[in-house]
Amino acid sequence: MAAVAAFAGWLLRLRAAGADGPWRRLCGAGLSRGFLQSASAYGAAAQRRQVAHFTFQPDPEPVEYGQTQKMNLFQAVTSALDNSLAKDPTAVIFGEDVAFGGVFRCTVGLRDKYGKDRVFNTPLCEQGIVGFGIGIAVTGATAIAEIQFADYIFPAFDQIVNEAAKYRYRSGDLFNCGSLTIRSPWGCVGHGALYHSQSPEAFFAHCPGIKVVVPRSPFQAKGLLLSCIEDKNPCIFFEPKILYRAAVEQVPVEPYNIPLSQAEVIQEGSDVTLVAWGTQVHVIREVAAMAQEKLGVSCEVIDLRTILPWDVDTVCKSVIKTGRLLVSHEAPLTGGFASEISSTVQADPLECRGSLRPSREGA
Amino acid sequence: MRKMLAAVSRVLSGVAQKPASRVLVASRHFANDATFEIKKCDLHRLEEGPPVTTVLTREDGLKYYRMMQTVRRMELKADQLYKQKIIRGFCHLCDGQEACCVGLEAGINPTDHLITAYRAHGFTFTRGLSVREILAELTGRRGGCAKGKGGSMHMYAKNFYGGNGIVGAQVPLGAGIALACKYNGKDEVCLTLYGDGAANQGQIFEAYNMAALWKLPCIFICENNRYGMGTSVERAAASTDYYKRGDFIPGLRVDGMDILCVREATKFAAAYCRSGKGPILMELQTYRYHGHSMSDPGVSYRTREEIQEVRSKSDPIMLLKDRMVNSNLASVEELKEIDVEVRKEIEDAAQFATADPEPPLEELGYHIYCNDPPFEVRGANQWIKFKSIS
Repeated sequence: MAAVAAFAGWLLRLRAAGADGPWRRLCGAGLSRGFLQSASAYGAAAQRRQVAHFTFQPDPEPVEYGQTQKMNLFQAVTSALDNSLAKDPTAVIFGEDVAFGGVFRCTVGLRDKYGKDRVFNTPLCEQGIVGFGIGIAVTGATAIAEIQFADYIFPAFDQIVNEAAKYRYRSGDLFNCGSLTIRSPWGCVGHGALYHSQSPEAFFAHCPGIKVVVPRSPFQAKGLLLSCIEDKNPCIFFEPKILYRAAVEQVPVEPYNIPLSQAEVIQEGSDVTLVAWGTQVHVIREVAAMAQEKLGVSCEVIDLRTILPWDVDTVCKSVIKTGRLLVSHEAPLTGGFASEISSTVQADPLECRGSLRPSREGA
Repeated sequence: MRKMLAAVSRVLSGVAQKPASRVLVASRHFANDATFEIKKCDLHRLEEGPPVTTVLTREDGLKYYRMMQTVRRMELKADQLYKQKIIRGFCHLCDGQEACCVGLEAGINPTDHLITAYRAHGFTFTRGLSVREILAELTGRRGGCAKGKGGSMHMYAKNFYGGNGIVGAQVPLGAGIALACKYNGKDEVCLTLYGDGAANQGQIFEAYNMAALWKLPCIFICENNRYGMGTSVERAAASTDYYKRGDFIPGLRVDGMDILCVREATKFAAAYCRSGKGPILMELQTYRYHGHSMSDPGVSYRTREEIQEVRSKSDPIMLLKDRMVNSNLASVEELKEIDVEVRKEIEDAAQFATADPEPPLEELGYHIYCNDPPFEVRGANQWIKFKSIS
């Protein structure tokens, strides 16, 4: 709520400033004293409680994929995994505690349905899990590995970055581990503190050869996960853990794909482009609604969906239209993925330079 | 007759007289010490192990009893506070494993070092912090040992390096502390603890190799409570002989529910390390009554009957109590008195932990870096700034 209020405050200043000139002055260090006072007033109110707040906003029921069922995020993931194992006889799911259903119930029922040689537990060894998964994938089988929390993915960082990402390249396309997908719960949940709240997508964005995907809802999650599993590159699929139960939507029962590296414009607008992914998309949507209602600012909301490789065209096209960009993510600000988006958008020589002042909002 | 005398003297003289009457009772009735037989430890690459008999003095017995009861009550109080949502976040309780923390402390010196994983409340207490500080840390108040910023998994004390959230990550740290011990030449050892789940992490084996190669005074201790979260050891490990996992490192398997067994094994291991022979591995076979954490009921992967059986046959506090009472080292009433005192201490500490204020918001950014000039940290948006000093 505080973040939303601060956000709205920012938009207020934006609107008051008009298009270019005064707005340019207000950015950076050149803030006027009066401006600062109101900022600190916001700051004081905002500092009282910094608890994450969002309301999940479900998308309308999809009609093009057949019969749908009410599912939350973990059920959508189970459904996607179920479809995968049914379609692909080489698919296996493994990770810590996946056999009984997983600590977030994403794999409930799969072991009973597909057998213990296709859904099995590993010991507590992240580096081993990913390395082992790369090995399975290299032989051509489909490996779906689970890392219990994204915070624990770091022992496997070497395997992902040095082994998985570079396999195809270094073998001259002779071998690849494209059928590897790593799923991991991601993002803040309120009580997670240091080691159950991290959003490490920026660390992996720095590594060519892998794909990084973050869904915002059950419908998106199932389609994106199925695309990741079928994609011929190693993929990391981060599932916002706070949405596991909180996000409920109508999701098609049959398999369907949502293309990777395609951002989605959720809401069209003309004054400013707001970009986010995962849980933060719902915060941004709320902000867009508040901005429209209270300030008359029309926001274009984009869900990035795939972090790497990201959809530069959609974002740039939108920014050309609106002239302003704001990127918001849970991860820390410095070196966060927003910095990549903001610098790319500013660097595009043909269209974007001169009329853009992107702003970054990080955790 | 004696009991009546003691009771009468208590009633007539009030609380202050109690210690006196107890001393009176002691010199007349209780033994000073007793010898007990303890279970022989399984050995790996060792010719001989810890002794199979040990002497327990009355004073030590009462001390261990009090400490174990304090840890037990503290953990149960934490359970209660968690259910009342006064403690939030993650909370991993060690009731059932009291013999491990108290027994280990009994076998080493306060100048030795200890590092463990997240089931650390018991060790925080045995390493010298008060229950007040521990409970206040759990509730996230400024009276907590980490100023309310660490929580359940991040408690530290002198020569106690936590309190670590990431499984297995503390083991190479322990090897490093052992290197420092050897380097400083003060005859200190480092106890490096990890669980049966962590025993399958790669970095543990890296630490074994380094410790053995450089003959570091490191006692690797695997607290085997049979379950790595929800996975039983048979389903996680190719070899459940955790004391042999060090391969080239000698090991012993210890009954972790018997505090005297733990104490003797620790003394043996510490002596081994202090003599410069290099690292040694101890497996403590123990059990936890609670689930892995407060979000785990603890009964979906094991039966209630199993928990009940351990509670009735191998409870560490019960075992010590029976031994002391049967060998006339203490009376049931005396131990009950200790129970009452401990209960009160925990109650007071819980009171404090609930009433103490939270750390001030200004301190949110402190201690990120070690910096001479303070600097500013951005909060959740660009108008919120926290000062960071160290």
